[in-house]
Amino acid sequence: MLELSIGIILGACALGAGCAMIAGIGPGIGEGNAVAKACEAIGRQPESKSAVTSTMIMGCAIAETTGIYALVVAMLLIFVAPNLLVNVLMKAIQ
Amino acid sequence: MTTKDRRFAAVDILLLVGAVLPLVFGIVLKILTNVPSEGITITGARVFFTIPMPIQDLPITETQVNSVLVMITLLCVCLYFTHGLTVRPHLKRQVIAEWIVKTCQKLVGQNMGEYFAAFAPFIAAIMGLSAFSSLLTLLGLYPPTSDINVTAGWAILVFFLITYYKLKCGVGNYLKSFTEPIVVLLPLNILGEVATPVSMAFRHFGNVLSGSVIAVLIGTALQGLSNLIFGWLPGVLGDFPFLQVGIPAVLSMYFDIFSGALQAFIFAMLTMLNISGAFAQEEYEARQAKKLAKKQNK
Repeated sequence: MLELSIGIILGACALGAGCAMIAGIGPGIGEGNAVAKACEAIGRQPESKSAVTSTMIMGCAIAETTGIYALVVAMLLIFVAPNLLVNVLMKAIQ
Repeated sequence: MTTKDRRFAAVDILLLVGAVLPLVFGIVLKILTNVPSEGITITGARVFFTIPMPIQDLPITETQVNSVLVMITLLCVCLYFTHGLTVRPHLKRQVIAEWIVKTCQKLVGQNMGEYFAAFAPFIAAIMGLSAFSSLLTLLGLYPPTSDINVTAGWAILVFFLITYYKLKCGVGNYLKSFTEPIVVLLPLNILGEVATPVSMAFRHFGNVLSGSVIAVLIGTALQGLSNLIFGWLPGVLGDFPFLQVGIPAVLSMYFDIFSGALQAFIFAMLTMLNISGAFAQEEYEARQAKKLAKKQNK
C-alpha cells in the first residue's frame, strides 16, 4: 500500500511538471510576434537596426517571464515536491 | 631594463596570477570533492560545511565559494587593466579599459538620464559579476547565478534602490501612489511592487538553470545514442561515447556564452529602467524649489 501511495505521489509530481510547462506556448507565440514585427521594422528602416534589436531583446526578456515562472514551478515539482510529500506521508502514517 | 620597469612587470604577473589562481582553485576543489555518479544527476549547490549559528546554521556552499572566486578574479582583472594609467595611453589595455568605461557611461546616460550618471559603476559591476558567474560553466564549475539565493539577493538590492528613489518624493506621495487610479486597486498595486524583484530574480535564475539542465539531458542522451550506434565495436572503442565529442560544445555556445551574456545585459537593463522609472524627477525638483522658497521667506 505504501509503495502505491509513493508511486502515486511521484507520478503526480511528474505529470504536474509536464502540465506546468504547457505555459511555454504563450512566450513562444509572443516572442515570435515580437521578432516578426522587429524584422518588418528593420526591413522598412534598415538604419534603425541596432535600436530595434536592443528593444526587441528587452521585450523578449519580459515576454519570457511567464514561461520562466512555469519552468520554476516544474523544477520545484520535480526536485523539491516528491521529498516533501513523501515526508508528509511518512509522518501521517506514524 | 631599470628597476622601475622590472617592478611594473612583476606587479603585472602578480595580478594575472591572481586572476587565474582562483579559477584553478575552484577546479581543484571541484575535482577533490566530486562524487562519482551514474546516469542523469541534476543537483543543487554542494554544501561543504555548516557553521553553527544561534538562529539558524550557516551552510557554506559551492555558490558562496564560487562567487567569492569570481569576485577575486574580476578584481584582479580590473586592477590589471588599470595598472599603469597615463594621460596619453601607451598601453593597449588602457585603451580597452577606457572603451569599457565609456561604453558603460554611455549606456547609463542613454537609459537613466543625467541625474543617475553616478550609477555607471554599479551597473557595470552587476553586469560583470553576472556575466562572469554565468560563464563559470565553461570551466565545468557550478555557476553561482543558477542558485536562486544569489539572483534574489541582487533583486532585493534593486528593490531597495527603487523604494529609496520612490521615497525621495515624500513618504505621503509614496503611500498615496498605491491607491491610484482608484482605492480598490490597492492590493494589486502592492502585488505589482513585490512582483518586480521576484520576476527579475526568477528570470535570471531560470534561464541559467534551464541551460545547465538541458546540457545534462543532451549529454546523457548522446551517450545512450552512441552506445546504441557504436556498441558493436570491439574493446574500448565500443564504450567510447563518440557522439559526446564536439556536439555539446556547439549547444554550449548558445546556452552558456550567448544566454549568459544576454541575461547579464537584461538584468542590468531592467535594473536601470526600474530605478530611473521609479524616480519622478520633475516632481522632485518642484518640491526642492518649494522648500527653498519657504526657507527664503523665513
